[in-house]
Amino acid sequence: MAQPFRLSRGGRIDRTRPVRFTFNGRTVDGFHGDSVASALLANGIHLVGRSFKYHRPRGILSHGSDEPSALLSVDRGPGRVDPNNRASVVEVRDGLATHSQNHWPSLEHDVGAINDLLSPVFVAGFYYKTFMWPKKFWDQVYEPVIRAAAGLGKAPSVPDPDRYANRHAHCDVLVVGAGPAGLAAALAAARTGRRVILADEGPEPGGTLLHDTSAEIDGRPAAQWLEAALVELDSRENVILLSRTTAFGYYNHNHVALAERITDHLPNPGTAPRERLWQVRAGKVVLATGAHERPLVFADNDRPGILLAESVRVFLNRYGVAPGRRIVFATSGVSAYAAALDARAAGLAVTLVDLRSEDECGPELASLRAAGIEVLTGHTVIGAKGAKRVTGLVVAPVDRAGRCGAHHLIPCDCVGMSGGWTPAVHLFSQSRGKLDYNAAIDAFVPGTSVQGERSAGAAKGTYDLAACLTEGDAAGAAAAGSAERRRFTASPTPTGFRPVRAMPTDADPTKVRAFVDFQNDVTAKDIGLAVREGFRSIEHVKRYTTTGMATDQGKTSNMNALGLVAGQLDTTLPSVGTTTFRPPYTPVTFGTLVGPARHALFDPIRTTPIHAWAEARGAAFENVALWRRAWYFPKPGESMHDAVARECKAVREGVGIFDASTLGKIEVVGPDAAEFMNRLYINPWLKLEVGRCRYGLMLKEDGYILDDGVVARVAPDRFHVTTTTGGAARVLAHMEDYLQTEWPDLRVFLTSTTEQWAVIAVQGPKARAVISALVEGIDLSPAAFPHMAMRTGTICGVPTRLFRVSFTGELGFEINVPSDHALAVWEAVHAAGEPFGITPYGTETMHVLRAEKGYIIVGQETDGTVTPDDVGLSGMIAKAKKDFVGKRSLARPDVVAPGRKQLVGLVTDDPALVLDEGAQLVADPDQPIPMRMLGHVTSSYGSANCGRSIALALVADGRARLGGHLHATTPEGFARVTVVDPVFLDPTGERIHA
Amino acid sequence: MLLIACPHCGNRPETEFRCGGQAHIARPADPAALSDAQWAEHLFVRANPRGVHAERWCHAHGCGRWFNALRDTVSDRFLETYPTGAQPTQTSDARA
Repeated sequence: MAQPFRLSRGGRIDRTRPVRFTFNGRTVDGFHGDSVASALLANGIHLVGRSFKYHRPRGILSHGSDEPSALLSVDRGPGRVDPNNRASVVEVRDGLATHSQNHWPSLEHDVGAINDLLSPVFVAGFYYKTFMWPKKFWDQVYEPVIRAAAGLGKAPSVPDPDRYANRHAHCDVLVVGAGPAGLAAALAAARTGRRVILADEGPEPGGTLLHDTSAEIDGRPAAQWLEAALVELDSRENVILLSRTTAFGYYNHNHVALAERITDHLPNPGTAPRERLWQVRAGKVVLATGAHERPLVFADNDRPGILLAESVRVFLNRYGVAPGRRIVFATSGVSAYAAALDARAAGLAVTLVDLRSEDECGPELASLRAAGIEVLTGHTVIGAKGAKRVTGLVVAPVDRAGRCGAHHLIPCDCVGMSGGWTPAVHLFSQSRGKLDYNAAIDAFVPGTSVQGERSAGAAKGTYDLAACLTEGDAAGAAAAGSAERRRFTASPTPTGFRPVRAMPTDADPTKVRAFVDFQNDVTAKDIGLAVREGFRSIEHVKRYTTTGMATDQGKTSNMNALGLVAGQLDTTLPSVGTTTFRPPYTPVTFGTLVGPARHALFDPIRTTPIHAWAEARGAAFENVALWRRAWYFPKPGESMHDAVARECKAVREGVGIFDASTLGKIEVVGPDAAEFMNRLYINPWLKLEVGRCRYGLMLKEDGYILDDGVVARVAPDRFHVTTTTGGAARVLAHMEDYLQTEWPDLRVFLTSTTEQWAVIAVQGPKARAVISALVEGIDLSPAAFPHMAMRTGTICGVPTRLFRVSFTGELGFEINVPSDHALAVWEAVHAAGEPFGITPYGTETMHVLRAEKGYIIVGQETDGTVTPDDVGLSGMIAKAKKDFVGKRSLARPDVVAPGRKQLVGLVTDDPALVLDEGAQLVADPDQPIPMRMLGHVTSSYGSANCGRSIALALVADGRARLGGHLHATTPEGFARVTVVDPVFLDPTGERIHA
Repeated sequence: MLLIACPHCGNRPETEFRCGGQAHIARPADPAALSDAQWAEHLFVRANPRGVHAERWCHAHGCGRWFNALRDTVSDRFLETYPTGAQPTQTSDARA
């Protein structure tokens, strides 16, 4: 395409670098430096989307990040489709594919536009009023229809192939916004030598200086000043200048989040990350975020071709694009005059309609007329003509009372409107600063600060260029702790406007479609209705009408909406207040927030030194906390059930080998180590001999079981403590808490050794025979090395703490070796065991074997409300100890009361039936509902060694019910069970002492 | 994200810390001597002031040390931090 609306000269685009992209499949030509919006306008394309609710034709309203309407789906290749990109901020590049949204079958012919004809139905609160009855219609009719119609754009359907980075940064001064105020602030701060970060959301720093082509600063063109400023900032090592970087969130203690867009504008991104999240901790923050222009609210003000006045100027001066050939500027203030003059200078036909009367307008009027621009003062806009493109503006003279005179049609193909300015106080408000209402400029401006920030320039309601520069300089210098101040001279900026909420009109107000919020299709009429229906709070009006919601969060609409509410309530703006500003300032991709924390980096996976061996053996794995543990080792053709049954039999009849490395380990050392252990565990420790082990049980102060594990006394002042796999960190934290805060006098050191010791469990009647040839320096005979003993020596030449312990009920050893040597020792033990048929087994078999012996697992048989007595372990409590953590609570009335749930075994009538863990237990299955639940199944397995299913359960008064019957819930109804002792095998414990 | 001044490490980001609830509740020297009601009070009853609150914090992902802090529960500001066993210079709003 020939770019018929491209001006022959001017703009910051690079005309030597043509760029070609597509819009709805149609090729569009532009230049390097164009936004998608400017390139579309250069080609005369104004219709770029359909509105959210009414499917009205919509065009480009703005040139910046406040754009509410021109939302495009952007396709950057497979997997790289993004909905709801603002055409005004997406940079063109070769190969970019863009699509309009929210229409079917096409943008030009959209069936959904029927909604616009039905608009009298779709009033504010339509959903709340309409989808109330009949009740059964909700999930079958209403919800599916609403869901199909809801939303804007289509979510990507495949995983994001891009890479995202995350960076933490510190600086003395963070400046947000690189317009005149921000640049002056950054220069002043940088000259002190402080570390400065300057972030700007645009591709090019400069802000208004990029399009204010007639301005002069300190006697030279603003563009020259800008270039010099950027050269200086670039030359300073203490400055980081970030373009395409949006400060989107202002959090506690000057923690500001920035989203940097790195590659989207590049045709060949290479290996660079797409976007980077900067988490900046700034000493001081300068907010120079500028201001947003307000649209005028008049009938059909949303027609494509109707833009904000300053945006018309931006397209003309920065991009060299004429948004139309015959432009009408409609305004209630003077800032649009500059746009009108620039449009006229570009050779376009220009008319300006000013709501203000002749004497309200300033001397600038004369310059417009001198330039040959027709100016109509004291005129209102009644409405716009045209559907898919504006064709004319209906205006009428109006007096101060709002009485309209004769209508008059001005034909045009573009309108630039200006209803005044709204400072971008979003970040200030996020920092919890309090806003003040400044009536002179009809705006909320930064008031009382809460954090170390200051605002400057238009963000503070200062619109004059020289004042912006001076204010920015002062803010930057003050933020950097410098007393130096500079003064700037610049060409004067005409400022001032008459606040107008809705343009006066003599049309029937029930027929007027004057849009306040373009993105959500909220009209002035809707807001009026909401207030009449009783919504007073602006937060309620927002939610009821949806004004100020969605991706733009009302940047262009909020002040008009507030003003309309205040007007209707006959109150002032400050008494209505603003809605809460929340992050993000503009939409941020999930990728940026997630950063590298995906896939393997989402959650760390812990593996043992023996993991690779198990993997090579085809083990199935299960996740236990962050650990990945071998679950069972199926042989070819074996089911899980088969494999577990085989492994269970092998341990009881021969020997098995199990990787217990994930057990938590804590080395408790110091002269007071035994006393410390004595206070933390229910068991007695002072008299435990060196080289002996004890099963330790630890309570919280409330008397409930926290953790358990075998503890060995390695030396008089040294204990080797083990914890459950999942409880390691919790137990160490518990110990540290008491040591540091309750007993700081105890001389004890706690060290986590979980990762240092690997544990190889060799269990079964043949365990001793398997390891005997490998162990040196330890007498393995039963007399010299009894059950619950620990010896140090070597195995395969590697130092070991060899425990004779068992979590299976069989003769067993747990070989602790330094992790680096664990795989070699494991392989040697496995090789030595092969003549004995040694069988590797996983966590499932470990669970079955311990359940056959009635051994509890903390977190399975216990749930944070279980005492030692509940699980039959009260015999372990050291009677002689006056105190330990949790002891006093064991005498609490509810702990000693009868009826507590106690650990029992259950066997089903049908030996093949394996109950569900968690199944509820009742005494009488025929009792009326709600039934009285007596307890629940905590563990349940098929046991090859018992030749039947077995279960453990917590049951009210369980030990008194031994031999009795209960009924357990199953998916097929109740199943009768018999209450038995929880030890199913070898109740006298002979095997363990073999 | 807050900055919290660990008395041993200085200002560090909030995510390195763990809050341990109300501070200055010493474990009774002889729990057995307490009535059930007194023990329940010690175990379960905590202040929940609107205002300055003395709390236990642990620099869990740093030095691992416990310390105490005065925090304003309304503004979420930390007024001061001080080592375990020490007393704050300001007073908290918690009822004694």
